[in-house]
Parts: sequence; structure tokens; C-alpha cells
Amino acid sequence: MSREQINATVQDIFRDVLDSDTLVIEDSLTAADVDGWDSLSHISIVSAIEKHYGIRFTLGELDSFNDIGDLIGMIEKKLSR
Amino acid sequence: MTIHFPFDAGDLLRRKKALKREWSAREGLLEKRIAILGGSTTDEVANMLELCLLARGIKPVFYQSAYGQYVSEALQPEPALRNFSPDMVYLHTSAVNISAYPAISDTREQVETLLEQQLAHFSAVWNGISQNLGCTMIQNNIEQPWQRPLGNLDGSDYRGRSRFVARLNESLADNALLRHDVIIHDIHYLAARIGLDRWFNPRQWYLYKYAMDMEAIVHLAWQLAGVIAGIFGLSGKCLVLDLDNTLWGGVIGDDGIEGIAIGSDSATSEAHSDLQRYALALKERGVLLAVCSKNDESNARAGFLHPASILHADDFGAFAANWDDKPENILRIAKQLNIRTDSLVFLDDNPAERALVQQQLPTVTVPDIGSDITDFIQTLDHAALFETPTLSADDLLRAQQYRENHERASQASQFTDYDSFLRSLAMQAVIEPFCEKNLERITQLTNKTNQFNLTTRRCTLAEIQKMASDKQCITLTGRLSDKFGDNGLVSVVAGHIEGHTLHIDLWLMSCRVLKRGLEYAMLSALCQQATAKGLDVLQGYFFPSGKNSMVEGLYRDLGFSLLLEDVSQSVWQFQLDNISSIPAHFIHINNGNPS
Repeated sequence: MSREQINATVQDIFRDVLDSDTLVIEDSLTAADVDGWDSLSHISIVSAIEKHYGIRFTLGELDSFNDIGDLIGMIEKKLSR
Repeated sequence: MTIHFPFDAGDLLRRKKALKREWSAREGLLEKRIAILGGSTTDEVANMLELCLLARGIKPVFYQSAYGQYVSEALQPEPALRNFSPDMVYLHTSAVNISAYPAISDTREQVETLLEQQLAHFSAVWNGISQNLGCTMIQNNIEQPWQRPLGNLDGSDYRGRSRFVARLNESLADNALLRHDVIIHDIHYLAARIGLDRWFNPRQWYLYKYAMDMEAIVHLAWQLAGVIAGIFGLSGKCLVLDLDNTLWGGVIGDDGIEGIAIGSDSATSEAHSDLQRYALALKERGVLLAVCSKNDESNARAGFLHPASILHADDFGAFAANWDDKPENILRIAKQLNIRTDSLVFLDDNPAERALVQQQLPTVTVPDIGSDITDFIQTLDHAALFETPTLSADDLLRAQQYRENHERASQASQFTDYDSFLRSLAMQAVIEPFCEKNLERITQLTNKTNQFNLTTRRCTLAEIQKMASDKQCITLTGRLSDKFGDNGLVSVVAGHIEGHTLHIDLWLMSCRVLKRGLEYAMLSALCQQATAKGLDVLQGYFFPSGKNSMVEGLYRDLGFSLLLEDVSQSVWQFQLDNISSIPAHFIHINNGNPS
């Protein structure tokens, strides 16, 4: 699975959860940069990612990422195992 | 219904914002104010409950307590909660709110004390809400514990956690039954049904204090929305059933009565028999049954003559077996039973028939039961389409009452003069103030009656109870019977006194007794009660609801004069010295009051 494919999937999930047809995600974006990405929608985003890929983030992993780039990097790592 | 059942929990969670946007735009949503008092995080519960309620025609406005504050909000509500004035309260508690399980060192007496303490805790919460907010409460019971230190013994030892939960739930149910304002929401069953391992998600508990996994929250919201819909009269009223490969295996027209699969000869026969038993059980607790089948009528009826058939033709309130389109037939069924299409649930093994009905009649609920008979019962059962807050005596008699109505209708066609027909019915009525045994049925009527309803004021059991005991209120119910049978409690009239005027807050009547003159008898009784209290005037209100145009002139017919009229209401007055002007009727009043 390429990083581009993961990016596309994660973007779809962000678009669904935040109800925005036009949102474009980039590695450098944090919650402060994206309208509607609050603690509640964050839980839905993470949950939808876990469900889609059949993966589970540990407590430590969930704490560790700061921006979308980190999130995608973590997904990449888990999928390559 | 907008939502298709079974639903995809993950999809609903992911796309909830867009779905909420679409479904909120529906017309005719009933707005309800619901306070969610939580013992754990409630945000996602509110989100999913909103979606599930919108799917059933209810637009909720929520108040959520601060995290975990259900006790303090119950005992000392925040001003914001008081101002919110909820129509109902949902207590989102669960196993995580059990403060203490028995310790291994506890004696039997100590375990009893612990149980009493947990119960007293809930009773205090219920009493607080009753005193401070005075509205109906929905209270979760307790699901099974997610860990069992005693292992298997947790289910049987007197100190066991599973045993403790079972006993606590038993007592919660008993305590709730003693009151009129608490409905127990059975999450114990729900968690078992979806599986405890799917229900409790330790990570979501530790991270977000979600008492149950997000997908479990969707299932909880679905069932809870069903219960809430039941309280406000929006549950299904009639199950419309296909015949071939639904109520029996095979096709009666081809296989004949000897060839259809019903009974205990085979797995297929047994499965269809169980579906018939399930439908019969629904009928026995007040759900109407109807047949909608593409068959010659004689063949369709013959299927129920099979010796192993559990259902019989007279179990059905309507029987549509012909070669017309099913949507047309379903509309006829609704008309015959005098109920709206959004009260119908349609069961058919054929996906093409299901799709056609859903497309042409979008307000009919058409669960996707698939085509395998072994799935039908569970799909229907899980959909929570026929929830009811209580079962009244009238519910148990409903099917019989519809049959009697059918007989009345055929008899009516023999009379050329309507008054002679009415006289021939030998009608009797009992008209009396609200009393304890009728409170549930009265509440049900205020929520379910749409057409003959002057004010469309929906009431909870708690509000009806208040009216019944308020000396400044006059309340009446009408129970009508005739030579064909008892229609049950079919009319509610109630008002409050201000000065020398009675303001009529409720005037409604079940459609099954239209054009019998009961409204005149109710008016007579109302006048007697008002006069006895020294009042001078009755003031009636008509609020157009989009569904009650049949009564926009009722007060005129009853002899009231129009006081004022604008787009939102008409207000009418009746001088109590005018009693002789009330139209005559043919109903003998049976409770000592002169007719």
C-alpha cells in the first residue's frame, strides 16, 4: 500500500466525518488547521481508520502523533507488518 | 422510514454529519426535548440517538449533563437543566456506574446491604428527577460485568458479580413498575445480544470514558429511539405480511395446502411456524396483522386451513389477496384499518416486492429481511419497530375490536337511515374522570391520535397523572360499547380552570368511533362537571396540525361560538347556561349520569 493510497483513504474519511466535499489534507495539518476537527470528531476519524484497515492503535500510538503526516506514517508502519 | 434496517453501524458513525443534515430536512418531524444525564461520556450517544430518532420522525433537542453528573443533576438540577424543561430524561448509566461489587469477605447480610444501597441510589435519582423536573425517565439497567474475578462462580456464588447484576436488574424492574414515570431500558439484553466482547471496549473506556464501544452505542441508540418512538405514539401499529415463502414455505397456488411447508416436518416448516408464532405473539399484545399477497383470495385463505397453521384468517385485521400491485393493496389496508401508512411494517421475502413498496410508499417501514426464512424473526425483532411503554388492557383487545368494527360496518350498509342504524347499535358509554387504571391508555391516546385531536397536545404519563389529581382540572374519559362489543376507552377531554372559565386543553377521540355521537355525550358530561364547579364558560381551542382538519369545525357543531381565529388557532366559547342546545345522541350513559 503506497503512501498516496493511504492519503486518499484518510482524506475520504476526513471528508465523511467532517462532512466536507472539498477538504484536502496535507502532512503538515494539525487539528488547529482543520475546521471541525475537534476531540469528538478525532475519535470518529481514528475509529473509522481502524475499522477500514482492520488495525488497532495502542494507547501510546494514539498519544504520539501531532499532525496528519504522523498519522499516515503510523498507518503505513502497521500495514507493512 | 429513512434508515434501512439492518443498518451498517460503521457507516452511520462515519457519515453521521451528512446523514443528520439530510434527515433533519424531512417534513413533519415531531420535536422533543430530551435531557441526557450521564454516568459516562454522552456526546456520541447524543449524536447517534439524534440520527436514530430522526429516522423515526422525531427531531430531538438535547441537554447533556456535564461529564458523569447524573446524580447531582437529579438531586440539584443546574438552572440550565430546569430552564431546558425536558419532555423526558434519559439516564445513561451502565455497569461502569456500579460503585461497589461484593467483596470475597462479605457475608450474605453485607451483600444484601450492598444491593439495597445500589437500589436506594437509583431511587434517590428517580425521586429527584420526579420532584425537580416532573417528566418521564428512561433508565438503563445493568449489563453483565466485563471481568469475573471468581470466574464461573461469578454467576452463582452469592458474592458473584454476574449474580449481583442479575439481582439488581430484577429489583430495578420491580421498583420501576411501582411508579408511572420510569421505563427500564434493557441494555442487559442488548449487550448480550451483540456480545459482551463487542459491547465493552477497554481502550475506549480508558481513553474517552465511553461505557460501551462506539458501534455498541449505535445499537443502543437504535433500540432507545424505538422505545422513545413508542412513548410518543410513533411505533408501528400493523405488520403487513406476505404469504408464499414468508408465512409458509412454498407457493400455495402451485403446491396446494398439502405441499406448503408449515408444521414440524422439516427445518423449513419449523422456521415458518416460528414466524407465525412470533406474528401471533405480536397480535396478542396489540399489533394488528394484515395479509398482502399475490394470490387468488381462495388459495390464500386455504393456506390457513392447514392443520399445522398457527395463524388463522380471522387473526388478520385486513386480508388483501389479489393480483393488484402490493403498494396499491397496502394503501387499501391502511384505509381499511384507518391508520396512516407510516404505522405500517411490511414483511416480504421477495426483494423486488420490497423495493417496489419502499419506492412507492416511502413512509412504510420495509426491513430488509433477506430471503432466508431463518433470518426473518431476528431481523424483525432487532428492528424495535413495535415498542410500547406499557401494555394496557386495550392493547390486548385491539385485534378483536377491529374485527367487531368490521361487523359494524357491514351491518351499517343494511340501513337506509343513519339514525336508525345508530339506534340499532344500542350504544352505551361510561364517561368518568381520569382514574388510575386508565392513565396509561389515556397517555397512549394523547400520543397516537392525530385526526380527531383538537390541540394535538402530547402528554407523558406523569403529566396525565398530574391532571388527574389537580382540583383545578376537569378530566373525562369515554368508553363506548354497543351490541357488537366494547370499543374500549376511545375519548379524552380535559381542561384547566382559570376564574370561571374552563380552558379545554385536550379533546380527542379514536377514529374507530367516528360519527356515533360520542362527542355530544362528552360535551354533556363536561358541562355537568363544569357547572358543578360553579363555572360559567367553556373555552375550546383548535390548533391546525396538518392532520386534524376533520375537526376544524367541531366546536361549531357542538354549539360553541367563534371568539377569534387566525392562522395558528381558532378559539371558541360555550356558555354553560346553554346546555339545552347540545345535539341529541343515541348513547345510553351507564354511570349514573342522565344522558
